[in-house]
Amino acid sequence: MKKLRIRNIDQGVIMKLNKILRNTLLIVFACFALSACATSKKTSGQMQGDVYTGTDSVEYLASGVPDRVFFATNESVLTTASRETLRKQAAYLRKNSKITIVLEGHADERGTREYNLALGERRANAAKDYLMTYGISSDRISVLSYGKERPVDSGSNPLAWSKNRRSVTVKAN
Amino acid sequence: MRILIKIIIFLILIPSKSFGLIEVDITRGNLDPLPIAVSPLSIDENSRQNFEKILKKENIGDEISKIIEVNLKTSGLFNPLNKDAFLQAPDIANLKPRFEDWNLIKAQALITGKVSFIDEKLRVEFRLWDVLAGKEMVALAFTTVPTNWRRVGHIITDKVYQRLTGEKGYFDTRIIYVAEEGPKTKRIKKLAIMDQDGANNKFLTLGNELVLTPRFNPTSQMVTYLSYFRNLPRVYLLDIETGTQEVVGDFPGMTFAPRFSPDGKKIIMSFAKDGNSEIYTMDLENRIVEKITNHPSIDTSPSFSPDGKFICFNSDRSGYQQIYVMKSDGSKVKRISFGKGLYGTPVWSPRGDLIAFTKLHKGKFYIGVMRTDGSGERLLTENFYQEAPSWSPNGRVLIFYRETKTDDKGEGFSAKLWSIDLTGYNERMVKTPTDASDPSWSSLLSN
Repeated sequence: MKKLRIRNIDQGVIMKLNKILRNTLLIVFACFALSACATSKKTSGQMQGDVYTGTDSVEYLASGVPDRVFFATNESVLTTASRETLRKQAAYLRKNSKITIVLEGHADERGTREYNLALGERRANAAKDYLMTYGISSDRISVLSYGKERPVDSGSNPLAWSKNRRSVTVKAN
Repeated sequence: MRILIKIIIFLILIPSKSFGLIEVDITRGNLDPLPIAVSPLSIDENSRQNFEKILKKENIGDEISKIIEVNLKTSGLFNPLNKDAFLQAPDIANLKPRFEDWNLIKAQALITGKVSFIDEKLRVEFRLWDVLAGKEMVALAFTTVPTNWRRVGHIITDKVYQRLTGEKGYFDTRIIYVAEEGPKTKRIKKLAIMDQDGANNKFLTLGNELVLTPRFNPTSQMVTYLSYFRNLPRVYLLDIETGTQEVVGDFPGMTFAPRFSPDGKKIIMSFAKDGNSEIYTMDLENRIVEKITNHPSIDTSPSFSPDGKFICFNSDRSGYQQIYVMKSDGSKVKRISFGKGLYGTPVWSPRGDLIAFTKLHKGKFYIGVMRTDGSGERLLTENFYQEAPSWSPNGRVLIFYRETKTDDKGEGFSAKLWSIDLTGYNERMVKTPTDASDPSWSSLLSN
């Protein structure tokens, strides 16, 4: 950046005005009518609570070994189904001891970017901890959070969001 | 009692308000913008030809006055009048305006000026006049290289804004942001920088790796941001003048959510390990790293108070995302957000009195502000998705990004930058050549 030279060519009127009392009441804002959009607790065909139970985006590390687990909104707790998936992954990894993996943690788009990066990391670590308790060494696992940056479903609806809240186990070698 | 004393002092200093020159109150939503006439800056034929050769602009005086006009209009505080109605020629107006003529078209303030080509340089003088009082309020001259002509327009606007509102402007500034392209599931993101009015847009990275959350150093042309270079999400430091980059610190895992301290000497950020994100600082001179928070929850989005004594941040230690304030050494942690919903991205105002935030409540996202003790929460704007407010250097305007809801087929996604006044008025989309997110406002480039 080039410096600019500034100087007064005229004194002008330098009478400094007092600012109007600053702390006058600020405009009161119209209360926003909040449209109710609460997460439905219904069990749809592909969701239980708001955890995805379908197979739409799921890929397989080997026959019968799904690559991903899903989470409830703002949660990193593993569901019964997730634990079953991870036990299958652990069994597969014990048999194939040369394989190393990356656990990619993801969040849906309904959160702030930075918090979602942390949440994705927490979800991937929940999966990592579980794999470790089933005998997979931490040397074989790395963790990578994408936050909300890499959704699998570009929809803006609860089903799409449920598919995006996930930890995906990816072979690294 | 304190207020009473203030009022008395006020009365003593200003015996009668009718003696004062015009002023614009920016503490409240301005529904009645000040009518101002921006006379085209006059230029002699020889200078005009020289600038046309160098800058490929037919009349640089007109161009600079257009920048001033657009800036004033965008601020929402001023109403620049149509030039067709001007009665007085620019060159004569600059010497001594006929105030009756300007009064006739209802102008309350008038900007005049002159551009000349002297020793290969651009020399601009300008004057701000109070039309009703018939008095000159500001008179300044600038000399710079011709290619700086846009900045001259911004600096003149800053001087006018400052004279009329009593506060510094924010026009000679830049915005760094993330330019976005491609489908939502495979977004390509690049760092980009532009002038506050959208001119001089430039991409700083190629889009080979994911980049997020760039933030300006308030004291220099350095930027800190998150890059997924080699699939390792780390906080980087980038010198936008030289293009040199480096990783900040040597952390065995993801670092993210970086921001500079107000003196520009430290970076504060989160480091995530084993499912736990904590806040750290790194001194850029001696590279000493300090751990600031110590809690098994997510602690992120830290932002220093302008005096550097406090830090506001985002934590879910209560079970959900809330805003907390602590001393800069990590002691005296106190939750300040207690309204309904989730709170994120706290950013301390450069004036020190407010914290801007993003709030999620009942499926809607809000940008709001609260006092630093959490009182006086005000929501400025509501939308399907918006977040990450960044303050203008004078603490009067917030810039943030907004994303659209996709349709049933998952199409129609876009991300754009928006700005809004602290008062909740004057919401505007900030035009960018591509989709955009994560804006960060620079300090004033000149002071």
